[in-house]
Amino acid sequence: MRVALRGWRPLLLLILLIGCWELYVDLGGADPLILPAPHQVASSLYTDRSLLWSNFLVTAREVLLGILVAAVAGFTFAVALHFSKRTLRPAVYPLLVASQTIPIPIIAPLLVFWLGFGILPKLVVIALVSFFSIVVTTLAGLAAVDPDLVKLMRTFDASRLRIFRHVELPSALPGVFTGAKIAVAVAVIGAVFAEQAGSNSGLGYLFQESLPQLLTARAYAAVAILSAFAIVLFALLSLAERLALPWAYAPKGDLP
Amino acid sequence: MTEAPTEPRDVHGPDGIRVHEVIRTFRTGRSGVDALAGMSLRADPHDVVAVVGPSGCGKTTLLELICGLQQPDSGTVSSPPAALMPQRDLLLPWLSAIDNAVLALRARGVGREDARRQARPWLERFGLGGFETTRPAQLSGGMRQRVSFLRTLLAGKPVLALDEPFAALDAITRHEMQRWLAHVLEAEPRTVVLVTHDVEEAVLLADRVIVMSGRPGRALAELQVALPRPRSATDLAVVELRERALGALGVQR
Repeated sequence: MRVALRGWRPLLLLILLIGCWELYVDLGGADPLILPAPHQVASSLYTDRSLLWSNFLVTAREVLLGILVAAVAGFTFAVALHFSKRTLRPAVYPLLVASQTIPIPIIAPLLVFWLGFGILPKLVVIALVSFFSIVVTTLAGLAAVDPDLVKLMRTFDASRLRIFRHVELPSALPGVFTGAKIAVAVAVIGAVFAEQAGSNSGLGYLFQESLPQLLTARAYAAVAILSAFAIVLFALLSLAERLALPWAYAPKGDLP
Repeated sequence: MTEAPTEPRDVHGPDGIRVHEVIRTFRTGRSGVDALAGMSLRADPHDVVAVVGPSGCGKTTLLELICGLQQPDSGTVSSPPAALMPQRDLLLPWLSAIDNAVLALRARGVGREDARRQARPWLERFGLGGFETTRPAQLSGGMRQRVSFLRTLLAGKPVLALDEPFAALDAITRHEMQRWLAHVLEAEPRTVVLVTHDVEEAVLLADRVIVMSGRPGRALAELQVALPRPRSATDLAVVELRERALGALGVQR
């Protein structure tokens, strides 16, 4: 019952905000060509549904594959940095942070130039923007392992690799999930930028095509779908985390 | 390799522990903190030696020297291979009780099923039967310490280095665990170095009690506990030895 109520609360807030938005546009606060009213967006969601759906499938595929690539690459990269704490990590980490300040619209055309109009440049952009959060949270998880645990493993004659496998890796997994959850939102933005740089399908492309045609409501409908997609992905990742790492959520009940 | 890793090791080696005039200093910035200043200790095979002393007197450092996790700045340490039982239970929250107990076996590369098979009879003996698949968060404090001790025991080392194993337990559970440990050591004799700040615990469990000074730590006194087991905290001889140890620590009564 309480869980159900908790689930409704953000929905109530959302309805309230949409109501304010509707009133603002209806009372002449903004030109509907600049800011369409929610009911116009809703009607676009319905009338353009097949167009939106087919483009959504394109973007969804890019985002899912992109996050997968980022998770695998980010995790591997973080582990490599962790294993070379003294050499590689101090050299690479500042560059990694600096790389995040490069605006994607600057490099997206370059990637299109190199990799063409297919899915590849989109995957690279999405992976690039998601990579960072996964690397940082995984590294933090690996570094936060209790040093006493590592000492204990050493008295058990555990090799470096076995310490990693039995102690460090499981400790770092919640960090990987946290990174992936943060990555979801930026991955969706990355997909939009990548599609705008060179594409003929996807919601980001549709968004860019709609504005010059004064189809603002359709552009907003595309954004609404992207937001909903990000929320669903986030929720799915949270669920997967609870299923994969039940110990991180187990109730701490003591036996007498 | 001529010997399979799962084969029980010889835990009754001829050599005991010798710690001689050890100095250990930690550098913190410019100044140094002396942890141990001329600490000596010896334990013959199957001796249970308790080390008592005030907080911060270098007891944990002493155990880490015996386990080979640190090297002395001067003096000598020689010990057969030692397994550490840390102060906090340090059980892995994602593993069941049995998988925590076999961590040392897994660390040497023993397969999961093989390791579990070796551990099952021990879980029964340690009163953990039926809790094999329970995760640490659902175990009581006493049970967690028993799993932690079993993990140390299954490491198969001749020396057990116990670092205040019962300090975190409530008084009643601690009392039960002390009696339990005395039983286990009677059935499974090992060379034990037991670090504690509980003088009574030291007298109840050990053959010898070494009293350490405050930081920097060194041995102030050594008491022989030539009393039959099981011992009770109310035995006159136990009480008398406890008072002597407290006296050596400089506690006024």
